[in-house]
Amino acid sequence: MSMLSFERKYRVRGGTLVGGDLFDFWVGPFYVGFFGVTAIFFALLGTLLIIYGAAIGPTWNLWQINIAPPDLKYGLGLAPLKEGGLWQIITICAIGAFVSWALRQVEIARKLGMGLHIPFAFSFAILAYVTLVVVRPLLLGAWGHGFPYGIISHLDWVSNVGYQFLHFHYNPAHMLAVTFFFTTTLALSMHGSLILAVTNPGRGEEVKGGEHENTFFRDDIGYSIGALGIHRLGLFLALSAGFWSAVCIVISGPFWTRGWPEWWNWWLQLPIWS
Amino acid sequence: MINDDNRRFRSLTVALLLLGLILAGCEHPPVDTVQRGYRGLGMEAVVNPRILADKVAANIPPDPLPAVSSAGPKAAEVYQNVQILGDLSVAEFTRLMASITAWVSPEQGCAYCHDQANFADDSLYTKRVARVMIAMTQRTNEDWQAHVGDTGVTCYTCHRGLPVPAEVWATDPGPRHVKGLAPAQQNIASAAVAYASLPYDPLTPLLYDDNEIRVISESALPQGSRKSIKQTEWTYSLMMHFSDSLGVGCTHCHNSRSFFAWDQSPPERTKAWHAIRQVREINKVFIDSTADILPASRKGPLGDPLKVSCKTCHQGAYRPLYGANMLKDYPSLAKLSGKARAAKDAGGN
Repeated sequence: MSMLSFERKYRVRGGTLVGGDLFDFWVGPFYVGFFGVTAIFFALLGTLLIIYGAAIGPTWNLWQINIAPPDLKYGLGLAPLKEGGLWQIITICAIGAFVSWALRQVEIARKLGMGLHIPFAFSFAILAYVTLVVVRPLLLGAWGHGFPYGIISHLDWVSNVGYQFLHFHYNPAHMLAVTFFFTTTLALSMHGSLILAVTNPGRGEEVKGGEHENTFFRDDIGYSIGALGIHRLGLFLALSAGFWSAVCIVISGPFWTRGWPEWWNWWLQLPIWS
Repeated sequence: MINDDNRRFRSLTVALLLLGLILAGCEHPPVDTVQRGYRGLGMEAVVNPRILADKVAANIPPDPLPAVSSAGPKAAEVYQNVQILGDLSVAEFTRLMASITAWVSPEQGCAYCHDQANFADDSLYTKRVARVMIAMTQRTNEDWQAHVGDTGVTCYTCHRGLPVPAEVWATDPGPRHVKGLAPAQQNIASAAVAYASLPYDPLTPLLYDDNEIRVISESALPQGSRKSIKQTEWTYSLMMHFSDSLGVGCTHCHNSRSFFAWDQSPPERTKAWHAIRQVREINKVFIDSTADILPASRKGPLGDPLKVSCKTCHQGAYRPLYGANMLKDYPSLAKLSGKARAAKDAGGN
């Protein structure tokens, strides 16, 4: 397979974490590495198990296929394969694949002499997933508290777990997470529209640079965070969204069992006015 | 370097303090969970066993008085003006009266309802109200078994040693506000709706008046349904009252993937359906019939009598007194009797 003109520059030996030179090669455009092998292994096994789960389940309807976690009675033990054991193995596969992918990102970053921003960012997504299917179930004492793998079924789980606490919008960490999600999309849309605007000048005009960008936002909202700053801010906003999502679900149950509106009574009971 | 270390130490301390403050407002594991639906559906109850232990301790019913003989002359033959409980033997009648005193007016004693010079006298309003309340209790146990089952209720279920049960309500005129800035019947952290900012008095339209609670449209597309978000908030706030009263989450009665579908709801929802109708009856038929004789101290700020909600009996327990069966020791409260029986047999309710 042919290489892009600049690609040779990036095909550097070394930087591996595990396996030395053994897996330090490319297949077509894809770097393999030890963690590429484990990622493929876990992803393939997990996917096949999901297909197996669908095959022994009642439906092939993509929306309704459901790989459910075990009953709570199995606690933190292993469940029979067809009664949640499948979910347990698929969960191991998923974590194996996600972590492999993050470590492969580390190896690539080391090859390129980059910082670890990309695996760092991706690890927040892994953290959120692991919080849902490992940390919270551990704290609550049963794997059955994980969410089921299915398009509709996981939404049912989200809805019911939320309503267990009467009104999830009063969950303080949920508030932060939602706010960060909205803010990260706002920042992305502002930044994206700015970049599209400066790189698509009117007929006869030149592509604009950083000074134009700064001037636009100083005029518009009185402040420009700058070309590098917007990417730092974007990373912070996006990771905060994922982080507080993980927090909002892990505190629901292990650290709070009542309705979320009631949590705010500390505010009503402040000695200033109570 | 020392400066750096100091600064690091200080920020660490501040971070730990903040974390401590945040966690201080929370509970901690381990908690108990109960699965109440298919695995992975999220139909479960999450209970803090330490909070539950306190609630159970606060919900232990008093021991019943020793049973007595039903032989001998009837109360109606011996005493005057016994309109409801006349079929009881004198011993049973006396035992019930002593129990009611212990349940309702332990400090005030018999004199809370009775003229001590003449127990048959009806001049005290409390005695006339008590008669309505006894009929209400009997009606509940005889005709609303779909709600209360065999466990039933006694005076103690609500009163708990207080002449006025702790959890009663009256129509809420809302907080004081600047003229022209009415709070739209919502947007305050109201205890009646578990401290949500939802409408703060869902009880008057929905547990006194029988307005429609169900708001979910029956078609996939928004055609035909005249229900509004605003209306939905009233329903939501009533449901908050239910949850708070029973100490449960929404999933106690609903599978939230389809709130309205009976075939997907836990059976508890059926009890709640009957309970709504029963509470409306209690408020409209029994409580309202005392409106003329109650003093202002037993009425709300708008002059309506203090009424019953889910919380009046449940008081935070999914079954009042966590299912303790007091009624079995007081069979006279299980069936309508005397004047109340006659009224029902004559075709009334």
